[in-house]
Amino acid sequence: MSKPHFGNASVGIVTPEILHFDQPIRLECGRQLNQFDLAVETYGTLNADRSNAVLVCHALSGDHHAAGYHSAEDRKPGWWDSCIGPGKPIDTNRLFVVSLNNLGGCAGSSGPASINPETGSYWGSDFPMVTVRDWVRAQAMLADRLGIERWAACVGGSLGGMQVMQWAIDEPDRVGHAVIIAATPKLSAQNIAFNEIARQAIFSDPDFHSGRYLDKGVTPERGLRLARMLGHITYLSDEAMREKFGRMRRSDILGYDFDVEFEVESYLRYQGQQFVSRFDANTYLLMTKALDYFDPAAEYGGDLAAAMERVQCRSLVIAFEADWRFSPERSREIVHALVAARKPVAYVSVPSSLGHDDFLMPIPYYHRVLGDYLARVARQHGS
Amino acid sequence: MNVHPPERLRPDLSLISDWIPPQTHILDLGCGEGALLAYLHEERGVTGYGLEIDEDEIAAAVARGVNVIQGDVDDGLQQFATGSFDFVVMTQALQALQRPDLAIGEMLRVGRTAIVTFPNFGHWMARIDVLGGRMPRTRTMPDNWYDSDNIHLCTVRDFETLCQDNGWRITRRNLLNHDHQDGWLQRFSPNLFTEIAVYMLESEQRRI
Repeated sequence: MSKPHFGNASVGIVTPEILHFDQPIRLECGRQLNQFDLAVETYGTLNADRSNAVLVCHALSGDHHAAGYHSAEDRKPGWWDSCIGPGKPIDTNRLFVVSLNNLGGCAGSSGPASINPETGSYWGSDFPMVTVRDWVRAQAMLADRLGIERWAACVGGSLGGMQVMQWAIDEPDRVGHAVIIAATPKLSAQNIAFNEIARQAIFSDPDFHSGRYLDKGVTPERGLRLARMLGHITYLSDEAMREKFGRMRRSDILGYDFDVEFEVESYLRYQGQQFVSRFDANTYLLMTKALDYFDPAAEYGGDLAAAMERVQCRSLVIAFEADWRFSPERSREIVHALVAARKPVAYVSVPSSLGHDDFLMPIPYYHRVLGDYLARVARQHGS
Repeated sequence: MNVHPPERLRPDLSLISDWIPPQTHILDLGCGEGALLAYLHEERGVTGYGLEIDEDEIAAAVARGVNVIQGDVDDGLQQFATGSFDFVVMTQALQALQRPDLAIGEMLRVGRTAIVTFPNFGHWMARIDVLGGRMPRTRTMPDNWYDSDNIHLCTVRDFETLCQDNGWRITRRNLLNHDHQDGWLQRFSPNLFTEIAVYMLESEQRRI
């Protein structure tokens, strides 16, 4: 791997791989995929006894490209490049990192924007509803394929943290450490409400065509753009938005029309526009639904501590003080359930200002704790 | 978990560690970097958690593999179920709390037994400072009145009165000088010669 111009702290140029699975996967919704693809990237080196592997789970709009660059011309690195690399908290000098695009995604794995091999046309809205538990099942099949019996650690933020929680509950023998960042044990009514508005925005776009828009050669850009703009507001704190934009306008003169005037309007439109160029509306619908459905305590009569009885690993739970989407209070619910089940857990609440998106930022206290924790994990496996 | 030989444990922690039997489940309030928890886990198979608010201490505790939970004792212990611990420990933090009395009550709710340590305000050196018209600055209370964390200092006698008023039974007591030794002076006049007091408490109500 040549990487001189990306610096020593980058994993450099990485090449994603599409892994094809011929085994069927049975989904919670009752349907089954007879075969599927997963887009995967790995960083670092798997040790001889295959014990230093770390699974990175992505959030709502993430994918397998978590670190490094796809080409020398690439302007932006992977979504968690601040955290993954040589000498970084998830240290690729010591750990073998596996990152994938989840089932239902739109970055190379089987999903609504891929071709259904049985019909030869786009899956579109025919793609089955997937859940966090289904993702864990698919990730376990990926681990089998890679010859990884047990993850040294599973790590994820937001929806990624929920996958980590599900791993610890569903596959207790296969997880060495669970690192659950900016997550929640289940969505609140407010969380679900925001997701529902995002979905309605997509449904109401005339280009949506009941989810069959790719067959018609169009995309419901307006709807998806609105959904993303709304999402962005929930990722930022009031304070962060005030600090970043305030009431700043692009011009001193009021236009008395509905063109972009305030900087925050311009920012949201830009973020929305960036998003529609890389993301699929049907995938957005599926991901928000997987979020809404997530509730590992449900089958234990709503008792999260009872669900956590199954956990066999140590956990690190991290929350961010400025995060109002999944606030520290939600993370404490996870911690209290683990404590009630007498499971080993450490909990850190990071002073922050950005909001939910803080989990992507290289906040020194956050990265110090995460790095020190994972350094112990690496030492346990002799690296 | 790192092994810390007993002699490397802070003297008051070393003393407390002898009061905690093997295989018990404990909560350490203001656990610092988790020296007591790490030691007890390694040497006695003791499990449990530490509560801490200081970022550097928390980071150090995480780095050594301690179950540290970021949180403030002053916010209460509601998150812990009644009777979920065998021992709840609080060393040298009582005098810095908003409501030490409520905190001890909570300790005895979530735990069967509470262990607390605090600097004795009744020690003769403190008394001399007060007689001289100044707030005390002693070896166990080194800060100025204005920058000290200690907002609720008490004497050995005050503390025992509080226990009596609340129906907390003192099941064990160790009164120490600055070198963490208990000698004839502390036995002769506890309130005058004790610098650091260590108490084990149980709730009388639960006994009945």
